Amino acid sequence: MGLYRAILYRLMLAVITLWLLSVIVFAGCQILPGDVGRAILGPFADARAVAALNHQLGVDRPLLAQYWSWITGMLRGNMGMSYTYRAPVAPFIGHALVNSLKLAGIAFVLVVPLGILGGVVAALKVNTWIDRTIVIAGLSATVVPEFVSGIVFIMVFSIWLRVFPLTATPPANAGVFTQIYYLLMPSIPLFMILFGYIARMARAGMIEALTSDYTRTAVLKGLSYRQVIWRHVLRNALLPTITVIATQCGYLIGGLVVVETLFNYHGIGSLIFAAAKAKDFPMLAAGILVIGVVYVGANLIADLLYSALNPRISFGGRE
Amino acid sequence: MSASVTPGTETPMPAASQQAAAARPALETPKSIQRDRIRLLLRSPLFIAGIIILLFWVIMAIFGPLIAPYNADDTDLLNTLTPPSADHWFGTDQFGRDVFSRVIVGSRDILVVAPLATLLGTVVGTILGLITGYARGITDDIVSRIVDAFLALPLLIIAMLVITALGISNTTVIVVIGLSFGLIVGRTVRAAVLGERDLDYIAAANLRGEKPLYIMFVEILPNVMPPILVETTVRLGYAIFTVASLSFLGLGIQPPSPDWGLSISQNYGLIGGGFWWTVLFYAVAIGSLVIGVNLTAEGVQSVIDA
Amino acid sequence: MPDALSPIQDTHAAALDVRDLDIAYRVRGRDRQVIRGVSFRIGRGETFGLVGESGCGKSTVALAVTRYLPANGRVRAGGIHIAGEDALAMDAAALRRLRTRSISMVYQDPGRALNPSIRIGQQVAEVFEIAGVPASERMDRAEAMLARVRIVDAGRVMGRYPHQLSGGMLQRVVIAMALAVDPTLLILDEPTTALDATVEAEVLDLIETLRAEMGSSVLFIGHNLAVISRMCARVGVLYAGTLVEEGPTRELFAGPRHPYTVGLLRCLPQAGLSKHKTRLDTIPGFLPTTLAGLRGCVFAERCGLAQDICRAEEPPLIPVSAGRLSRCHFHEQAPSLPRSTPPAPLTDRVKTPAFRPVIRAAGVGKTFGSPAAPIYALRDISLEIWPGETLGLVGESGSGKTTLAKLLLGLSPPDPDGVIELNGQKLAPVATKRQPAELEALQIVFQNPDAALNRSQTIRGIISRPMRKLGGYRGSALAEKLSGLMSHIRLAERYLPMRPRQLSGGLKQRVAIARAFAGDPRIVVCDEPTSALDVSVQAAILNLLADLQAEQGVSYLFVSHDLRVVRYISDRIAVLYLGRLMEIGPAESVFLGPHHPYTESLMAASAEEAGSSLRLKGEIPSAMRPPSGCVFHTRCPRKIGAICEEQEPALIQREGDHAIRCHLERDQLGRADGARHA
Repeated sequence: MGLYRAILYRLMLAVITLWLLSVIVFAGCQILPGDVGRAILGPFADARAVAALNHQLGVDRPLLAQYWSWITGMLRGNMGMSYTYRAPVAPFIGHALVNSLKLAGIAFVLVVPLGILGGVVAALKVNTWIDRTIVIAGLSATVVPEFVSGIVFIMVFSIWLRVFPLTATPPANAGVFTQIYYLLMPSIPLFMILFGYIARMARAGMIEALTSDYTRTAVLKGLSYRQVIWRHVLRNALLPTITVIATQCGYLIGGLVVVETLFNYHGIGSLIFAAAKAKDFPMLAAGILVIGVVYVGANLIADLLYSALNPRISFGGRE
Repeated sequence: MSASVTPGTETPMPAASQQAAAARPALETPKSIQRDRIRLLLRSPLFIAGIIILLFWVIMAIFGPLIAPYNADDTDLLNTLTPPSADHWFGTDQFGRDVFSRVIVGSRDILVVAPLATLLGTVVGTILGLITGYARGITDDIVSRIVDAFLALPLLIIAMLVITALGISNTTVIVVIGLSFGLIVGRTVRAAVLGERDLDYIAAANLRGEKPLYIMFVEILPNVMPPILVETTVRLGYAIFTVASLSFLGLGIQPPSPDWGLSISQNYGLIGGGFWWTVLFYAVAIGSLVIGVNLTAEGVQSVIDA
Repeated sequence: MPDALSPIQDTHAAALDVRDLDIAYRVRGRDRQVIRGVSFRIGRGETFGLVGESGCGKSTVALAVTRYLPANGRVRAGGIHIAGEDALAMDAAALRRLRTRSISMVYQDPGRALNPSIRIGQQVAEVFEIAGVPASERMDRAEAMLARVRIVDAGRVMGRYPHQLSGGMLQRVVIAMALAVDPTLLILDEPTTALDATVEAEVLDLIETLRAEMGSSVLFIGHNLAVISRMCARVGVLYAGTLVEEGPTRELFAGPRHPYTVGLLRCLPQAGLSKHKTRLDTIPGFLPTTLAGLRGCVFAERCGLAQDICRAEEPPLIPVSAGRLSRCHFHEQAPSLPRSTPPAPLTDRVKTPAFRPVIRAAGVGKTFGSPAAPIYALRDISLEIWPGETLGLVGESGSGKTTLAKLLLGLSPPDPDGVIELNGQKLAPVATKRQPAELEALQIVFQNPDAALNRSQTIRGIISRPMRKLGGYRGSALAEKLSGLMSHIRLAERYLPMRPRQLSGGLKQRVAIARAFAGDPRIVVCDEPTSALDVSVQAAILNLLADLQAEQGVSYLFVSHDLRVVRYISDRIAVLYLGRLMEIGPAESVFLGPHHPYTESLMAASAEEAGSSLRLKGEIPSAMRPPSGCVFHTRCPRKIGAICEEQEPALIQREGDHAIRCHLERDQLGRADGARHA
């Protein structure tokens, strides 16, 4: 009973957050620039041409009407027409999203296990040089901007050592392993900015579990060190890390913009960036909303997973 | 949606020795605690390293033009793209400008913009956190929902959106980053305030008829300063990170500034041709600054937690 | 069946043999000695209590015996032998065997001692797994063990998670795990401190019964002398890491032979004492800041009998009589230790002309939750507090006593139909709407001085703020009033520029009291003001409160779970159970009886004899589903029958000013001297 209510509550929250997000995105993309037609045609265009374009684009309607048609269109999969390409936005977004998911996926698959492992090891060897190294290294890697680490890696591995290719886009019809090969280097900057935080959270969770009373009880029962860690410590230590990993998606997505631009990769980050530069607002709005959906979705999954795994939530309170 | 996340703390002191520590009539004075903290700080080699790097760049930012051997903007079209040499320690770029001088002077803009943004974020975040943390109830719920929605978007993307819409300038960058940081700092402050809210001294203040503003700013604020301080130092690192990234994307600091991120974005096409010095030194500069700031932040945090 | 007090003679090696134990912690690069030369021996089947105040190191001893000292702690010297084996020299495998077979431990907070993510059954079964029981039998034996610790419906509990069970239930589970494989030595570290009195009584009974059945030895660590007296045949008194006295419990407590023990016992409010007749004795001074470089007796600087030899030479453990030891050069004179606080009350009580009560509450209630699912925290409370008197408020968790205190203070609004009056004037339901004069008149002293004082303010700021805000004092008038208050509260002015963290617990509580008295209050709510303090400090605070009352005629609403303290300080007592007022009347009348069955069981729970027949069954019901009729009927040992389930008794005046809410007649009710009806 408690679990169902928890799920419903979180779903509702997610929907509300997404709705608020759509309002914010719409406001940003539609309202801020002011006269869209003018922004596209430039300051020297004829006023009538501007008005005609505005009418054609539908931006001279009342704001609420614009928002409504935009959001209902979104929900049906119609993401509007790109100003730049004069073509539907949806296919661009779809293709870019898939590319980004591949790149992010590789980074994720690398950083989550390694980050958790790093944190766990650091906690088990707390205050030794291993611990300090992992924490400091992780910390330092986190704050280095992706383009900095990306460029250094390019210079070392692509140009000097020639081990990895310069771009992330594999040739057409490349097999899975080739694609991974191409995506490996761009995923390293992403790995770097996430590793430190995940490791640190895992470490904190481990330390708290290791110093807790129930661990003491387990040890004093006569369990071996390994049994204590596996059966009692890990599950409690890593539970909070699940939520943290989801929130890291935000940094991951932000990093995509820079990494994709640097490696010339057609993902959603570079798509949004290009749209912003070109003031292609439908593309921009759709792209940002899609990113928002992905982030909210990831957090929702993490929250649900946490609720399911945490007996306090899934099994209600005192009887 | 997601709880405010603060960096993990060090190993807690075992309960028994905490008891032993508490059994003293008059404990250390605030002054001696401060002195102990400073002593601990100074013993940490990482903090020293961080602070040295930070101070180095601050000095460069202030006195840059005086220290640099060449004028950062002086072009020399006869000597473009020369590798590092005795004359030009870091070589010259495609316009013949001395890279070494540009690296030194390039520290200024980022060390003005990022700290200002951080300061704005701290002030806004503190006020926001105090109000939402103290008020709780509906106000807090609504504001939290809105903040969650905003923070669903990566800062970089929000910045991109706003800056493209409003136009690129240092002020816009400061305001955007500052306000976004305000939301993040606000969360941390809110969590800290919530921790204080239920303590009895607040009830005692209520029983004196104190007004909410008094309680927030006179009673609670001094007690949440440590987390605010930690958060500020961490935010500074991220501010530099974001400003540099924005400059790289062309949305931050604008030419003709010798800013590092901007310079990298202008030059990175050159690395394919083997002109590595036009990019590497800027990258190292950025890397060293952010790491320096974060080591300092780490040092501060571990001392405050102790 | 042998009871706790008769040791079993045994020729095998002692269950626990501690010799000259010396333990230190490494804090900020320096060694802090915590245990100094402690030696004691527990034979097979014996019960031994280790008693002392906070900071004495008793928990450290337990940690050392189980080899679970934190990373910065180490045994510098001495030996620990368990059932003949050297515990300190064991390797990991031997240690595991020791922990499986020979030692078990029960700690204070059962909620945290169990893994929140694993079901109860599995955690208990794990003990059997380690002991080598085959997989098919483990769960059955776990369930059998749960039944043995009197858990009703053990099968259902097996499948539950810890957060779904109450504190008392959880502690039984922990005890089940501890006794599952029949350990040689059972260590209990404050096992019932976090439990309600009635639950505590049952758990202690359980421990006693099982211990006797299994013949385990017990090391019982605590600070509550009554509990130790009940559970342990022999006792050792620990002060600042040193064992100062040791011997048979009853004999030692009846006739202590060390100045510290003498002082400690004198601090306790014993039955028969009241604030009108005597002040409690206190132990002057503080714990030593460091044990390093200490040459003489560790207690010398606080001892009224100390001579030069005491400061120069540490006394050895001197045999006082058979089986009794005392670490004092002058142990014969210990019983005649001069008092550090004069026994007589300082001033005669101010006789205030009382023509109306300070506080009057009529029909006050508090309901939480929604109309569909109400939680009745308090119902229909009517009471009066007259000038210069103390009303003691007694009850366990869920009784609503804290809620009542909050309602009176305006920290939480009562239900609309209740009335609260201060000096005849109706009070606004919330503090923010009350007048400054009303706020001044009605103040509070909280339980935990760390949370009650703003740690970033100076003492001067903390105390002068209410004077400024409520009393309107400024400048020299403020300074004068501050001085006066400080001397009244016996707080030296040199503490004024300090911050709370620089003061000890007792001093902080004095500051809290000073703050409450800053505005000449008429009534002060004391919410467990001494529960977080050591016994010796508690005595000083109680004396202070009594003195202030005598001088200024202020009234107290004294909320506490400690019956002895309440009895000492209260003129009248109100007993709450599940939000209902069960009994209210003069203190002695309520304590001696005839009184309400609940009051009777509370008294029995705190009695010093083991195995009293008057025990409450079951747990305290939830406020969300209160029992019908009389809310106490589910646990009442004197329940008559159906009438108790159907009809709630009214609060009827019996004799004099004493009202009881019960269907029983006066001669059917119990009394404290044990004259009970069958």
